[in-house]
Amino acid sequence: MATTLSDASKASAYKAQDLIAEDIDAYLLQHQHKSLLRFITCGSVDDGKSTLIGRLLYDSKMIFEDQLAALEADSKRVGTQGQEIDFALLVDGLAAEREQGITIDVAYRFFSTDRRKFIVADTPGHEQYTRNMVTGASTADLAVILIDARKGVLTQTRRHSYLAKLIGIRHLVLAINKMDLVNYDHAAFDRIVADYRAFAHSIGIDDFIPIPISGLRGDNITTRSDATPWYTGPVLLDHLETVEIGDDPATTGPFRMPVQWVNRPNLDFRGFAGLIAGGSVSPGDTVRILPSGRTSTVARVVTFDGDLPVAVTGQSVTITLADEVDCSRGDVIAAAGAPPQVADQFETTIIWMADDEMLPGRPYWLKLGTQMVTAVVQPPKYQVNVNTMEHLAAKTLGLNAIGIANLSTDRPLVFEPYETSRDLGGFILIDKMTNATVAAGLINFSLRRAQNVHWQAIDIDREAHAAQKGQRPRLLWFTGLSGSGKSTIANLVEKRLFALGKHSFLLDGDNVRHGLNKDLGFTDADRVENVRRVGEVAKLMADAGLIVLAAFISPFRAERDMVRAMLPEGEFIEIFVDTPLAEAEKRDVKGLYKKARAGQLKNFTGIDSPYEPPENPEVVIDTTQMTPDQAAEHIVARVLWGRSEIPDDEDPDWFKGRGI
Amino acid sequence: MACRGAVRLSAGADVSICGVHSGTSGIEGVSTTAKATSSEAQISAARLTHLQRLEAESIHIFREVVAEAENPVMLYSVGKDSACMLHLARKAFYPSPPPFPMLHVDTTWKFKAMYEMRERMARESGMELIVHQNPEAKEKGINPFDHGPLHTDMWKTVGLKQALDKYQFDVAFGGARRDEEKSRAKERIFSFRSANHRWDPKNQRPELWRLYNARKAKGESIRVFPISNWTELDIWQYIHLENIPIVPLYFSEMRPTVERDGLLLMVDDERFPLNPGEEPVMRPIRFRTLGCYPLTGAVVSEAATLPEVIQEMLLTTTSERQGRAIDHDQSASMEKKKQEGYF
Repeated sequence: MATTLSDASKASAYKAQDLIAEDIDAYLLQHQHKSLLRFITCGSVDDGKSTLIGRLLYDSKMIFEDQLAALEADSKRVGTQGQEIDFALLVDGLAAEREQGITIDVAYRFFSTDRRKFIVADTPGHEQYTRNMVTGASTADLAVILIDARKGVLTQTRRHSYLAKLIGIRHLVLAINKMDLVNYDHAAFDRIVADYRAFAHSIGIDDFIPIPISGLRGDNITTRSDATPWYTGPVLLDHLETVEIGDDPATTGPFRMPVQWVNRPNLDFRGFAGLIAGGSVSPGDTVRILPSGRTSTVARVVTFDGDLPVAVTGQSVTITLADEVDCSRGDVIAAAGAPPQVADQFETTIIWMADDEMLPGRPYWLKLGTQMVTAVVQPPKYQVNVNTMEHLAAKTLGLNAIGIANLSTDRPLVFEPYETSRDLGGFILIDKMTNATVAAGLINFSLRRAQNVHWQAIDIDREAHAAQKGQRPRLLWFTGLSGSGKSTIANLVEKRLFALGKHSFLLDGDNVRHGLNKDLGFTDADRVENVRRVGEVAKLMADAGLIVLAAFISPFRAERDMVRAMLPEGEFIEIFVDTPLAEAEKRDVKGLYKKARAGQLKNFTGIDSPYEPPENPEVVIDTTQMTPDQAAEHIVARVLWGRSEIPDDEDPDWFKGRGI
Repeated sequence: MACRGAVRLSAGADVSICGVHSGTSGIEGVSTTAKATSSEAQISAARLTHLQRLEAESIHIFREVVAEAENPVMLYSVGKDSACMLHLARKAFYPSPPPFPMLHVDTTWKFKAMYEMRERMARESGMELIVHQNPEAKEKGINPFDHGPLHTDMWKTVGLKQALDKYQFDVAFGGARRDEEKSRAKERIFSFRSANHRWDPKNQRPELWRLYNARKAKGESIRVFPISNWTELDIWQYIHLENIPIVPLYFSEMRPTVERDGLLLMVDDERFPLNPGEEPVMRPIRFRTLGCYPLTGAVVSEAATLPEVIQEMLLTTTSERQGRAIDHDQSASMEKKKQEGYF
């Protein structure tokens, strides 16, 4: 093994080992009182990021002998360090990534020292993985930004710093790595620090700790290096162990707790369960429930281990109130004197995370804290070039793009600006059709009502109407003999669509013939005009984004084809409710066949007026084989999923482009 | 009641702000220590210990699932990680019992002591216990002695899928941890499975802040890992602090053993086929992980108390999973198993 532990880190490791061996209770007590630091390492493959993390794990004795044996074998087989240990192999997890030689996701690593426990979010630094870095940064207290000493401040350094600042990381470490390759040159180090300081200041970072290191050689990582006598600051691990966290505005600010779940084991107990997102709470505190604004007093702070006299930011508790006030999941319980804001229009920063680009005007689910609402994003005001921080004009946002955009929600949100509270200012957007998390967002501020009036213009075309309803317009044209079951089935279909949250309208003889078409009779000419008018109305409704159901005998092929031609390709669905004349006449629900046979009704389809069955209907319903419920199920599947079977969950592409 | 997690505040009031206690003070337990002012509490917010932060996170995850899922279940394997997970679930919903059943996918080959612990914990937690045994494996008499890897596949992988399909659970809590194995380091806390229970590592949802997206299409399900961010030491420490009951097999005792293929196996019942000339030998052994007894290697140990076990764990030089026969194949094997639906 060519790489060895430095003597000092060996000594420190042995000290812990001694304590474990001699007095395990003392060790456990010490470990129990450790705090937790979550940090992120930002750097590209070449910066030696994985090597640095591997080194931290190794030096803090988190690597077992069997892992070490595997590591040594792997190092020789696929490592990039010749016969030496390739620490990067310790942290490159998934098989696919190991083959490509890069990390492509967020991985979480764990190690601890005598003083602290650490969770490291290890993310790739390339521009195409911006979303991964943002994800890792969202839970981090501190960021280690790696710089290759030979290359200095690069585009990627600027990008990583910008993202760290954007996500609100308050503690930055500038790890200037590979110092061994510049002969531990003091001047080189100072030059890079000066360059970085100038840049950092320009994006609002005024405080950072620069440290000269070598991940490969172990300089200034756990122990002070002899090679950098000119460096007097902390070594990396020392700094990570001692940096003060928990001084963010949420922790020291007023009390906030998003309600996750209402706990009702019996009629005598009604508790509101949640994780405290800001401030602290004690029995007797006056609180306000938002968005309703009602006030009450905290009766108890309940936990499994007994009631608490006080609970603080970061704790999961259950609160009971002195009054019977309405409060449920999504509400926020807050200090009565300093409640968070409530609004439904915001300026936000959006980080787009999906392959499919953002669609302004389309409704997405928005989750913030425990609130889930529908949100519509306006076209971005601008996109930020993450490398240069320039503002670019943009109509939408693609994968990894970051932009500033206004957003409105269908219900008021309880929120705080992101810079005040990650929990009440950070949100995700979820695609309503695929359920994928497509974006992360930060609330910058709410927009006053007066600003609502001047929304940037969006053409309210038929796409916009349909997108707002989260569906594709359709005209379901039910044709068939009188008494075939058209209206019955169409009714059942509409009920199902309604239950699925779809927007629809049913046109049939009853609501058309009494109004719009009350001037029309049953001659062939009137039947043609009847269908034409229904077609025009249905077309307008489809333009409004609706799924229209039309149940008419509509006996002639030509008129049905005329209506088909009024609509865009694929939106007209002809449904032939196929019931043989004998069967329809046997059912004769309205007694019309009897009257027609008796000569009391003229021009009755099937008796003295012809019915032309469709030649290529999209759907055929044989009512002698299917119950009306089965028929409705079949049609809904056909309309929503384009086929009659249950969609195949194994094939995610299957949903794409089907407008579900 | 002594709260070992108590933080001494500047005013000198010894306030138990921790949720991490050793034992409870009864159902209506009220802390009798002095009441702190809120300014004192703010000082302590930064000083939540790592276990307090982890506990709060796990509880938050449990509650998110219950609020958003239709039919959740907790996979319970009777091991120490399951014990911890169960304890956290009880904390999350107190004073209600956890509002979901526990599911044990049984192979019929677990240690006797595990079955005893399972029944006890179901009783104590007030939760419904569902035990599923793959009927096909049962019928074919699949066992670890004659069927090798097929044993794990049939009883566990297939058995789990059967149980989830049978009861139509849409979310299953599991006790996997990110520190266990490299492929798990990248798994989300909410991990999506297709209708066929497959995991696609390339198509995972981003997880930001404390926001979990639990929306899914019909037929899809989610595995949720509330103790993702706990390490093995955290688990042990928590068990120690909270007096969480665990199977006695974790503690050293004289037990009948035979040595096979480098593994020290315990002869737990009469189904263990002894080779000609093989005699069980009494040895002071304990287990670092628990599974099917014919597949789980013991270690010779004198550690008979929890601190001794932790001491031994910290001073030991091989990683936890080495005692499990299924992981030895190749380093990417766990990832492969997971894609196939093994938990």
